[in-house]
Amino acid sequence: MKLEQNIVTESRDLSNKNLMLEIKDLRKSFGDNHVLNGFNLRLYEGENLVIMGKSGSGKSVMIKCLVGLMQPDSGSVFVMGEDITKLRQLALDELRTEIGFLFQGSALYDSMTVRENLEFPLRRHKHKFGDISDTTKIVTDALKSVGLVHAIDLMPSELSGGMKRRVALARTLILKPKIILYDEPTSGLDPITSKEIIELMRNIQKEYKTSALIITHDVDCARVVAERMILLVDGINYAEGSFNQLLQSKDEKVRAFFK
Amino acid sequence: MFNSLKIKSFFIEIGELTFFAHRFLKEVFSRPFEFKELLRQCYYIGNKSLFLVGITGFIIGLVMTLQTRPTLEEFGAESWMPSMVSISIIREIGPVIIALTFAGRIASGIGAELGSMRVTEQIDAMEVSGTNPFKYLVVTRVLASTLMLPILVLIGDAIALYGSYIIENIKGDVSFLLYFNKVFDALQFGDIIPAIIKTYFFGFAIGIVGCFKGYFCQKGTVGVGLAANSAVVFSSMLLFIIDFIAVFITDIFFEI
Ligand SMILES: Nc1ncnc2c1ncn2[C@@H]1O[C@H](COP(=O)(O)OP(=O)(O)O)[C@@H](O)[C@H]1O
Ligand SMILES: [Mg+2]
Repeated sequence: MKLEQNIVTESRDLSNKNLMLEIKDLRKSFGDNHVLNGFNLRLYEGENLVIMGKSGSGKSVMIKCLVGLMQPDSGSVFVMGEDITKLRQLALDELRTEIGFLFQGSALYDSMTVRENLEFPLRRHKHKFGDISDTTKIVTDALKSVGLVHAIDLMPSELSGGMKRRVALARTLILKPKIILYDEPTSGLDPITSKEIIELMRNIQKEYKTSALIITHDVDCARVVAERMILLVDGINYAEGSFNQLLQSKDEKVRAFFK
Repeated sequence: MFNSLKIKSFFIEIGELTFFAHRFLKEVFSRPFEFKELLRQCYYIGNKSLFLVGITGFIIGLVMTLQTRPTLEEFGAESWMPSMVSISIIREIGPVIIALTFAGRIASGIGAELGSMRVTEQIDAMEVSGTNPFKYLVVTRVLASTLMLPILVLIGDAIALYGSYIIENIKGDVSFLLYFNKVFDALQFGDIIPAIIKTYFFGFAIGIVGCFKGYFCQKGTVGVGLAANSAVVFSSMLLFIIDFIAVFITDIFFEI
């Protein structure tokens, strides 16, 4: 009952905003491993929503269901009003251009240069830019926003971890998505590089006016970027609120995150 | 107990591979086509194994001739040498040995490449950026190895015959013209055509097994090694099975 009220007040606060993402009662198991047991989420336009959860709690599984890389066992996933579990391939591809996905390990194509990496999403979606033949400007623009124009002809193996993450970010930006999904954007980076990436994420949100769903288990990252947070525990959205609200929670499982 | 489990998992594997091959057949004829990537893969796969195939072919030719010569000499039948060697190379030894070296090089390469792309989420990244990774990665590689292996086998066979000629020339003073006259006298369509047809199946098997193992690679670096390794083992085994079936069918249609 209490939870119901929470959600109602919250949606009144954000009622003038558009709903970008909505997950309803998402369930997913691998054999006997019940990863998600009825997860719910709403992401509003222009918002930074952070999902926190322990390693192996199903954060990546949840975000993969969001873009159709995995099929949920049950539940529905709406992206800008369309149920992606029911979309056909072409419509799905079209909708995916509105979603940028930053993978946990950057996932750069290591047989291609930085330029080719960035051109790759354009192969099938040039029409978004009016079928231009020269993509150099689009590529350099995206690299400019992450400050790596000079790396355009390098191979991914020649880049440091932080640079790889930036290039990956540029690659997700290249189709000018409305929503960006960050899967542990700071994992595997040193604290200073992590800060730079977080700063970059904030700049990008200002520059590209995106809504962001940020998955992390890094409390420092959450403190800086979160406008609202959801804690993923036992496969459900265990607690919701602002960073400070959750910080003051008395609940044992919530407190465990901030120790 | 142990054995029956192994046999069961072998048949499960065959079943999954059949599904994979079915998906390949469905996607190979549907748009969009990845021509540029197909050409790149053909060049890459062909170029990567050309040297190995050449060396293997040459040595097969030398060894076969050296080994058989004494026996034939005993019967005073050295003049049968070119026809005997050429028939066994063209019909059986060339295609099988060259396909095996090709499997060692290409199936493991594809398995490791796609496996590491799977593990590092590059395949997922392709999918969300609107390129069908099955078409871009699997269809192109399977087609390339299907198209390239027959060509490589032809090259390898030719080099093997040349190697055989060198031994004949040194040991028996046979001229180039005489040697190859005898070779082409001995060879018939029934020797060449079925041998070429079966190399297409060999190439397909090697490509599809390499892609299958890599595409469904287990997580972690261990998974990548395993994918590469089992791609070679599984495709080599499949080669012998296909070879048996091919010889069996050829026997029915060409000999009677
Ligand atoms: N493709 C898969 N097959 C089987 N189990 C999986 C698969 N992907 C994830 N899992 C399992 O789901 C659980 C959650 O994984 P994941 O979402 O990657 O965790 P994280 O929250 O660290 O991102 C783990 O126990 C993992 O073993
Ligand atoms: Mg994860």
